[in-house]
Amino acid sequence: MTKEPVAVVGIGQTKHVAARRDVSIAGLVREAARRALDDAHLAWADIDAVVIGKAPDFFEGVMMPELYLADALGAVGKPMLRVHTAGSVGGSTALVAANLVAARVHRTVLTLAFEKQSESNAMWGLSLPIPFQQPLLAGAGGFFAPHVRAYMRRTGAPDTIGSLVAYKDRRNALKNPYAHLHEADLTLEKVQASPMLWDPIRYSETCPSSDGACAMVLTDRTGAARAPHPPAWVHGGAMRSEPTLFAGKDFVSPQAGKDCAADVYHQAGITDPRREIDAVEMYVPFSWYEPMWLENLGFADEGEGWKLTESGLTELDGGLPVNPSGGVLSTNPIGASGMIRFAEAALQVRGRAGEHQVDGARRALGHAYGGGAQFFAMWLVGAEPPAR
Amino acid sequence: MTREIREIAVVAFAQTGHRRTSEELSEVEMLMPVLHDVLARTGLKAGDIGFTCSGSSDYLAGRAFSFTMALDGVGAWPPISESHVETDGAWALYEAWVKLLTGEAETALVYAYGKTSPGDVREVLTRQLDPYYVAPLWPDSVALAALQARALIDAGLTDERELAAIAARSRTAAAANPHAQLRGATPPGDPLVAPLRTGDCPPIGDGAAAVVLAAGDTARRLCDRPAWIRGLDHRIEAHSLGVRDLTDSPSTRLAAERAGAFELPVDTAELHAPFTSQEVVLRRALKLDLPGAEEVRINPSGGALAANPVMAAGLIRLGEAAARIQRGESDRALAHATSGPCLQQNLVAVLEGDAQ
Repeated sequence: MTKEPVAVVGIGQTKHVAARRDVSIAGLVREAARRALDDAHLAWADIDAVVIGKAPDFFEGVMMPELYLADALGAVGKPMLRVHTAGSVGGSTALVAANLVAARVHRTVLTLAFEKQSESNAMWGLSLPIPFQQPLLAGAGGFFAPHVRAYMRRTGAPDTIGSLVAYKDRRNALKNPYAHLHEADLTLEKVQASPMLWDPIRYSETCPSSDGACAMVLTDRTGAARAPHPPAWVHGGAMRSEPTLFAGKDFVSPQAGKDCAADVYHQAGITDPRREIDAVEMYVPFSWYEPMWLENLGFADEGEGWKLTESGLTELDGGLPVNPSGGVLSTNPIGASGMIRFAEAALQVRGRAGEHQVDGARRALGHAYGGGAQFFAMWLVGAEPPAR
Repeated sequence: MTREIREIAVVAFAQTGHRRTSEELSEVEMLMPVLHDVLARTGLKAGDIGFTCSGSSDYLAGRAFSFTMALDGVGAWPPISESHVETDGAWALYEAWVKLLTGEAETALVYAYGKTSPGDVREVLTRQLDPYYVAPLWPDSVALAALQARALIDAGLTDERELAAIAARSRTAAAANPHAQLRGATPPGDPLVAPLRTGDCPPIGDGAAAVVLAAGDTARRLCDRPAWIRGLDHRIEAHSLGVRDLTDSPSTRLAAERAGAFELPVDTAELHAPFTSQEVVLRRALKLDLPGAEEVRINPSGGALAANPVMAAGLIRLGEAAARIQRGESDRALAHATSGPCLQQNLVAVLEGDAQ
């Protein structure tokens, strides 16, 4: 039995901002969904099923908000499935939707992920109460900073690498009209002089807290043939999970991330990711995760990731552009951030990324992670239909 | 659309003894014996499983990312292919079924758990409602079910005697179910929210359940009589109660049609109806009240009226139906799960055993 090839024919995002006080949660998700349908030249009636994802329900204070959002997303009378896999959820949600098409359960599926973080305080939403966690661990940065420090010790990377990533991503964001942070007057010196938040992570090396939604329309070969714009084809997709804490866990380069990438590359027939992949949208919520993931995803040998960053290879005009959209460092509606990575990878191979388009991108990787660096979701999309 | 459906079956089912409180156990401690039990029934180890998917709710656990603790209990090392839905485990089974349909996995472990005892579940479930117009009024789950029951009575579709009979039948059936929380007939009780009496409402309790799915010959190897999933579909309705006919469940009927439930008669129906009145709605939508359907055994497990661990109770319906097929007590069974206020979202599965 062969799988149906899956094509991305519609992509929509909201303009990500700190607080969308002008719309309800329903208004926010509908805006992204409507734009994805418009991109695909489809109507609500063309959608067979809706797959929706977001991070913890406490962020908006609504339990299982998909129930209330059924009307806004045109899901009444249709299947609607809600995915929650921590920070990787935007990617996982897209993969669950893609499987519905691949398994020929449905022909055309709307998938959407969102977060309206202004409804609450995300940092404290992520800080688990006693008895679940020691009380001084504030926010995700408090969890990840020691692992960044471990990477620096392990590789001998200079202290300034993180600031290079932050400066690059924030400049890329200036070319992306949907990015949250548009800091036109930011300089590398300002990044390096910004306040230390969680040593060694400075304020300008962290992601913002955003309101935003991202939607995609996925369809089969027949749907792709009717699409008004070039589709992106899914060449491989996978999820991997490992426990939060255990003796022997490598927080710097988790095995689940390596396994997930290997699975995706195998499906897509990629043997040399650095040369065969033209653009990467990876989940970098703190600047140092770019060199760390470059190694974890097989783009660099162990200990060498920071050298690729330092050399300028990951710049928009470099040999391996990473986060041409500005990435999570410029836009972070948490539940949507993974789907934005997947969608931005698809925009690149469709040639529809606008000012942040990577010239001639034919294959791109979308990457998401979550929890205690334990949940991974990735897909590889191409401009051509998959060969097998 | 014509397509060749891959043969996929439920090959094992396990559940806790559901209890009013499990305050001495964490969610993980409650779940672990069930995972060990369901894997032991197949001889598989966690590392043999191709895909794992779970269903649970942070709002019941009272913390964000509560499912990650359960994953630690699964023993996800070396790393596993895994996902999670923030709803009843029946939808986790649906996601796993789709994964198996793609051919990317041969087996799947599905689990779900919920502890409703630590909080006030009626109040907690109000947080599911439209956050702008309805949730601020805090209408609780029993009050909303009572609205639905009143609509049914006013429409002449049921009466309090019939509702009491459903409660009595369910709990009498549960006497034979060692996992049930309320076993044996209970009195109708006092009015809780008119017209519903305590007997019309589900018990508050904690529990977990797990299922193993397998494809084709793997299923035949793991199980003497696999419960083949002949059809599986789910549908959602509008959220606003004001635009719905609460006496009907068009989403259940449509899911059943798509699952092929009406193509041949079933002998068993496990319905996820936490309130007696909701069984009336579901029986009508599933045509179980029509002439000829008198022989269908409805909720031989006792259903959600006998044990209602929220987030697991729907998956348990699928598990109970499959277990009856495996025991040779059913040849073709319908299983149903619901989510949301007043049966907003519904899932229907049709399970069959090979000829005996």
